[in-house]
Amino acid sequence: MSLSRAFFAIIRRDLVLALRRRSEIANPLLFFILVITLFPLGIGAEPRLLQAIAPGIIWVSALLAAMLSLDSLFRSDFDDGSLEQILLSPQPTSVLVLGKIIAHWLVTGLPLLVVAPLLAIFLGMPNHALGILLLTLLLGTPVLSLIGAIGVALTVGLRRGGMILSLLVLPLYVPVLIFAGNAVQMASSGLPVDAQINILISILLMALVLAPLPVAAALKMSMN
Amino acid sequence: MLTKSGYSLAATDLSCIRDDRVLFEALAFELVSGQVLLLEGKNGSGKTSLLRILCGFREADSGDLHWCGDAINDSAFFAQMAYVGHLDGVKKELTVVENLKISLALSSPGQYSIAQALNKVHLSGYDEVLVQALSAGQKRRLSLARLLITENVLWILDEPFTSLDKQGIALIETLMSEHCASGGMIVLTSHHDIDLVDVDVLRINLS
Repeated sequence: MSLSRAFFAIIRRDLVLALRRRSEIANPLLFFILVITLFPLGIGAEPRLLQAIAPGIIWVSALLAAMLSLDSLFRSDFDDGSLEQILLSPQPTSVLVLGKIIAHWLVTGLPLLVVAPLLAIFLGMPNHALGILLLTLLLGTPVLSLIGAIGVALTVGLRRGGMILSLLVLPLYVPVLIFAGNAVQMASSGLPVDAQINILISILLMALVLAPLPVAAALKMSMN
Repeated sequence: MLTKSGYSLAATDLSCIRDDRVLFEALAFELVSGQVLLLEGKNGSGKTSLLRILCGFREADSGDLHWCGDAINDSAFFAQMAYVGHLDGVKKELTVVENLKISLALSSPGQYSIAQALNKVHLSGYDEVLVQALSAGQKRRLSLARLLITENVLWILDEPFTSLDKQGIALIETLMSEHCASGGMIVLTSHHDIDLVDVDVLRINLS
């Protein structure tokens, strides 16, 4: 029982912290909205082109927004020593960091889902593709948080880990981008997307099970 | 009164090398319930490194650590130790009580309740105050309150007296004496000479 208590205590703690800091929620969301609204301005009056590249725009923006928010995952805990206390807990570290990752997704990933349909309509995406867009974001953004956590855990001990972090994490994001972008594209043309969705589900399940272990190990290493 | 007797922490032939510099080597000690180990030595002599090796944050370059006769790489050891380091390990955006509740959730409940522990470290009345509004000494006392609310035998303290005033230091010394009297043990570093009544203090000078 005490493991689930620790797990939920961590999630609750991170949500309360995010609520008291606010900018943590606002920054990635604002970035996501800004980037997407800039595209129509840059491309000009070409609704067909915009409609064709809308899935790509939304997904690339979501991916960059997720990356922008990664550093906040362990940074403050590392700086004020809370991370040491989490690692010293007799509870398994991987479960505790999974709690942190889930809280991080609720704070930075979930808000993207809320505004994405609005932005998709804004880019002229057909209505029947909106459901699939939301589904890919729902399945894909948690993967971004899970995979990103491995990169942050490895670089949190470095003073300027930002560049290395993006080099580490971006290649691992590519499969999600490919399958999610492709699913939305196909859905816009009215084609079936079961295969892409199934692959995204399997990627999510795999990341959910496999990512917390290297995160815990990398955090222990960064503590050195 | 003796509730936690029969524990022991032993190190054999411990060494630590950092950047090609030998901080210490062939270090050995054995600590049993009720004893305090005070690490002395000048800055950079490896005091903190030794504490971090005890916590499992660093690996010793050679040598072994044993907790009650077993090697210490399992959660049995972590369930019985508590660490207060240079960093306070409290979140400044959370209130005093919220911080302690997290520590409690991560470990198992110990001798004192949160209210009792706050009373002991003279922080009662600050329950709902955000930690960022506390002074450095108060933050330190809050992180030491963590030791009281969780179940533990071994305290690992890195310079626990930093930023505490005279009363604060006396208070922590009292808590340390009580902990040892009930069978606990403490490993600490300190520049301040500790004054503990009726406690067996071992000293190791690393320089």
